[in-house]
Amino acid sequence: MATDARRENISWIQGVRRAGIAPAFGFLLVALLLLWLAVNLVQTPSDFVSVALEGITLGLVYGLIALGYSLVYGILELINFAHGDVFMLGSWISFSFAANRIGLDAGSSGFTVIWGLGLTLLVAMVFCGLLNVTIERLAYRPLRNAPRLAPLITAIGMSFILQDVGLNRLGPAPVSVPNILPTGAVFTIGGHEYRWSSLIVALTTFPILFLLMWLVQKTRQGKAMRATAQDQEAAAMMGINVNRTISFTFLIAGSLAGVAGLLYALYSTNIRYDQGFQLGLIAFTAAVLGGIGNLPGAVLGAILIGLIQQFNEGLSWHAPSSQWTQSIVFAILILILVFRPEGLLGERTPEGG
Amino acid sequence: MTELPEYRRPWWHRWTGLFGAPRRRWRALDDRQRWQAGLVLRAVLVVVLLVIAWPLGALVAILMAAQYLDPYIPNEHAWARRAVVPTIIAIVAITYPFYNESLGEMRLFGAFPDVNTAVIMGVYVIMAIGLNIVVGYAGLLDLGYVAFYAMGAYTCAWLASVQFAGQDIRIGAVGVGGTTPGIHISIWVILLVAGLLTALIGILIGLPTLRLRGDYLAIVTLGFGEILPQVANNGDNLAGVNLTNGPNGITPIDAPGFFGVNFQQGSGSFFTGPRLYFWFVLPLVMITVFCSLRLRDSRLGRAWIAIREDETAAAAMGVPLMRTKTWAYATGAFFGGVAGAYFASFKSSTFPNDFNFNISAFILSMVILGGMGNVWGVMFGAAFLAYLNQEGLANIGHSLNQTFGTHLEVPLYQFGIYGAIIVLTMLIRPEGLIPSARRRAEFHEGVADTPLYDARHDTA
Repeated sequence: MATDARRENISWIQGVRRAGIAPAFGFLLVALLLLWLAVNLVQTPSDFVSVALEGITLGLVYGLIALGYSLVYGILELINFAHGDVFMLGSWISFSFAANRIGLDAGSSGFTVIWGLGLTLLVAMVFCGLLNVTIERLAYRPLRNAPRLAPLITAIGMSFILQDVGLNRLGPAPVSVPNILPTGAVFTIGGHEYRWSSLIVALTTFPILFLLMWLVQKTRQGKAMRATAQDQEAAAMMGINVNRTISFTFLIAGSLAGVAGLLYALYSTNIRYDQGFQLGLIAFTAAVLGGIGNLPGAVLGAILIGLIQQFNEGLSWHAPSSQWTQSIVFAILILILVFRPEGLLGERTPEGG
Repeated sequence: MTELPEYRRPWWHRWTGLFGAPRRRWRALDDRQRWQAGLVLRAVLVVVLLVIAWPLGALVAILMAAQYLDPYIPNEHAWARRAVVPTIIAIVAITYPFYNESLGEMRLFGAFPDVNTAVIMGVYVIMAIGLNIVVGYAGLLDLGYVAFYAMGAYTCAWLASVQFAGQDIRIGAVGVGGTTPGIHISIWVILLVAGLLTALIGILIGLPTLRLRGDYLAIVTLGFGEILPQVANNGDNLAGVNLTNGPNGITPIDAPGFFGVNFQQGSGSFFTGPRLYFWFVLPLVMITVFCSLRLRDSRLGRAWIAIREDETAAAAMGVPLMRTKTWAYATGAFFGGVAGAYFASFKSSTFPNDFNFNISAFILSMVILGGMGNVWGVMFGAAFLAYLNQEGLANIGHSLNQTFGTHLEVPLYQFGIYGAIIVLTMLIRPEGLIPSARRRAEFHEGVADTPLYDARHDTA
């Protein structure tokens, strides 16, 4: 009894010491972030809302890439470094197909734009999906039983190869994409327009996300994917074709990257051969933030990262501005991995230490 | 391809097969056959090198002959056994600047590397050996090694340039005008300071992150490797202080000096600048190799290898995980810092754009190509890839274009080629060209590296 009483009477400082410094530090950071956001909201409310909308739009595009990382990590526990570059090649193929083959540009009529972009979407999805499957077949499958760092290193090599392909196709300078989507304002908040192109990009992602959820949670193939993710050997014993399931996962991840490539090209109207590396890492951060391997988490994390990026670049009160964006994203990545490696929605894994 | 049964295999399969599925067949050979096969393989290597350039082939042949003579050296002269090969290598290396221009052309590879390239090769060898301590010995994948290189380079730039023009500190700097403002400290001191400072950074980065395992650690190091150059890039106005001069970089940086001779200017036609840099990078490489080898065999080094092979088992045997890993980080960072400082002084400049992820991956591919964990392999990989990067690829492209009349622009394919090197090495020969026996066994037996799902680590 005496010990119980003593346990209840611990002072708050002992409580902090027992819980460790990490949660306190985390709470402090989050509190500061919220304070900063609140001050900005009070000072420039219209800026804040329009920046938030842009952030969500950008976040949804990131989400498509992050899902690819999450799907592959979920099933193979492999950080697919080449994924960002598959996304970059998706941008490239959409651009070259839509602008050069079909000849879409800023002046195209509504009907042409709809069927042209639909066709481009299909082409980008098929191209990136097959590319991703090929990469898996050539580079990752032979190393399935190797030490875990081996496929990771191979993935870095694949990323270099794809980036080089992009460099040869796109050239070292950024390539500007014509404004195929209508650029007029849907609505205007205090002088900031929210464009039709942003709205269309944001709205396109939703059916894809729901389709993916349905595929993973309701279909037989999705069940096979989840089973393979849990235990490959056991899944194989239950009659699941593990290799085909993994290939299928890579196909899905690749086609999501294709969609993201097209949408990003339309949204930012600017593509570069090294965008895959940068956005890929941002998207990976998003996937880790949400809890890697967890699909809703990936989208949530991506929206948060998109918001943080846009807030950082668009707000006026004490915002570090775009030259620090990458540092901030990586700092978030490091903090999440060190303090909460399971992410916001994920489960605790042994990797987290 | 199905394997033919022994009685249907032609006689030459015994040796040509060694290129195909080597290990299984190698094990099937008896000692005498192994000796024969080794002889044939060495002869093939020498012939190939002779075709590329006769001096290369001759050098390798002499080294092999020296090794072959080893057992015939009588016991009372046993010291000679260990001295012959290093002496030959040392003589060849030290006199390199005198004869490199009269060596003629290599087939396909073009001219032999000039002395400046040799200095850069030496610097990359130091960095690769440093990374090898982290990746090869301790098995911690570090994708942000460039951060240490950057740290070393900026330390050198701060302590030996006009960056802090308000200060006027000069300690042992050679060839700096008396009226030049700024901090000017002897480069030899800075090398040590840069190494120690970078090691400190390595410990600071390592302490929070080394709890993570495997690929998570790789990503965190990648994050640091991206953050540091961006800090350097935005560092011209950190709360009003101009720390790094932003994207314009810090230049010029002082040159090292020796007995009053400034390395940038040289002295006479014998002690030219590049030659001095070259002769002083050699002892740096030697010290690095020596430290690396001695560390590998030390108690600490054996602890690193134990952690690499099985972390859980090592912890159970009483190896302090965090401390050992942090030491690996600090040691690797130390060499990265030293190499970075020497390189910055050699180039006389440091720019934030020198330190992007490509460099990390480039150094990593040196370690992988050469053979993780083996110092000699890593040295070879680093020297070869640095040479390719500096001169080789352009020369190869040039000679290909001449031979086949193509118009390849090799720089466009540079990183694709490094990527292909990484991928092909991992697929075909994951232990690298010159592996350490231990590492080879790990890759081929498949280490139980999968996490133990039922062993939860309590971190709270």
